[in-house]
Amino acid sequence: MKLYGVFDILGPVMIGPSSSHTAGAARLGKVASKIAGDDFYKVEFYLHGSFAKTYKGHGTDRALVAGVLGMDPDDERLRNSLEIAKEKGIEVIFIPTDLGDQHPNTVKFVFYKKDGKNVEVMGSSIGGGNILITEIEGEKVEFTGEYPTIIAKYNDRKGMLADISKFILEKDINIANMKVTRNLQMITTAIIELDAKVDDEMVEKIRNIKDMLNVIVINPV
Amino acid sequence: MYTKGSDLIKIAKEKNKRICDVVLDYESERTGKSKKEIFEQMRSVLKVMIDSANRGLEKEVISISGLIGGNAKKVEDYVKNKKTISGNIINKAMARALSVSEVNASMGKIVAAPTAGSAGILPAVIITAAEVLNKNEDEMVEALFTASGIGQIIAKNATVSGAEGGCQAECGSAAAMAAAAVVEMAGGTPEQALHAAAIAIQNILGLVCDPVAGLVEAPCYLRNSSGAVNALTSADLALAGIKSIIPFDEVVDAMYKVGKSLPFELRETALGGIAATPTGQKFMKEIFGE
Ligand code: SF4
Repeated sequence: MKLYGVFDILGPVMIGPSSSHTAGAARLGKVASKIAGDDFYKVEFYLHGSFAKTYKGHGTDRALVAGVLGMDPDDERLRNSLEIAKEKGIEVIFIPTDLGDQHPNTVKFVFYKKDGKNVEVMGSSIGGGNILITEIEGEKVEFTGEYPTIIAKYNDRKGMLADISKFILEKDINIANMKVTRNLQMITTAIIELDAKVDDEMVEKIRNIKDMLNVIVINPV
Repeated sequence: MYTKGSDLIKIAKEKNKRICDVVLDYESERTGKSKKEIFEQMRSVLKVMIDSANRGLEKEVISISGLIGGNAKKVEDYVKNKKTISGNIINKAMARALSVSEVNASMGKIVAAPTAGSAGILPAVIITAAEVLNKNEDEMVEALFTASGIGQIIAKNATVSGAEGGCQAECGSAAAMAAAAVVEMAGGTPEQALHAAAIAIQNILGLVCDPVAGLVEAPCYLRNSSGAVNALTSADLALAGIKSIIPFDEVVDAMYKVGKSLPFELRETALGGIAATPTGQKFMKEIFGE
């Protein structure tokens, strides 16, 4: 096994008090809101396990809200996020619950969007500020947000992955991990983790591929 | 590459370098980043540490739950106004460690070193030792590389998580990292640095993790202050020529084994230790309801 980097030992730089309950929660919120898109007016947070029991004392509620407002885990406005959400007219609701067989620090977000759609995202804070997104719109996924990540949804057809990879290769970027799942409606979700940052031009090209339904890009936070 | 303390000493000897240089060299090799870039990133880490160590001295910082707060300021005022028993250096270090704990518990900005719960020890020790030894900012950044090297080895061979290994793994590791860093800062050899780290861990071997109400507040703030003192005195012992009769690597292994054998109740669950006392339980109820 490789050695930890020096900034894994002296880091993260974060808002206290707990890397898993605060820093990880902020990262979860930020990644979830990128998946949802930013035009939401209300967010429900279903809190599971230790998150459900101790969210107030650890400021997990503030951290989650800071994240969905786009703040990083070391943003000093984090502790005032509930007030900031209010000013922005975003309603936030915390619901302690049991999400079943999940990691003890798990949250399910439901974003209510202005266009009438809801987006559901679930993820866990797995220690040291690291996270795992486990479900998007009811479908199982698995990615950490540590790599620049592309989530592409498309009507399944042959050669789709080849088309996507072509534009990634064009930018000379290596694919670190890839996971592809297809639902009963024959809609495929591809989660592609890359070794280098995603640029707009590449995303535009991928978006314009025939049969593409939706492309979400998450650069690391 | 190094994965043990003995490797660190061997490489340092062969290349006639200090631990901090060996660590920086390897980080550059590992990441492909220039040494200068890594050094500057560490400087920004130091700045966050200094801010968090000062904030609680200037004004009372209170935790979100209200369980702890204002203690760094109390010690700072005490140093200014009274004759202290253990001396101003020790008291200054304790005040700074308390400050970082309070900033952390109040949702302020800190550096996990190696964890958020133990974040006060390393800043308090580095800043206080630099003051005593008249060291500049670059030398403090170097000390952070020494500390990281010790932390890397502990994280690889044992754990730095209270949930896994008890508080000895968090505040013990932080004290070991800080002790080694001060020894190098004071001009000690790599061997002396590892003796200091080994001494610091032995001093608190077996320390349990028992946060009241499950919050990273109490007894964490006290263990940051005692951890800073542990680091400073362990460094002094090593610089005086005292050797740990058990080598650092074996002490780390022992710490891991002790951590593994701690019952679940004494590993961050808030079910044992002072968290399980009647008063600890009462706080839990007050903060979270039933
Ligand atoms: S008591 Fe537990 S939570 Fe507190 S500093 Fe020690 S290891 Fe961390």
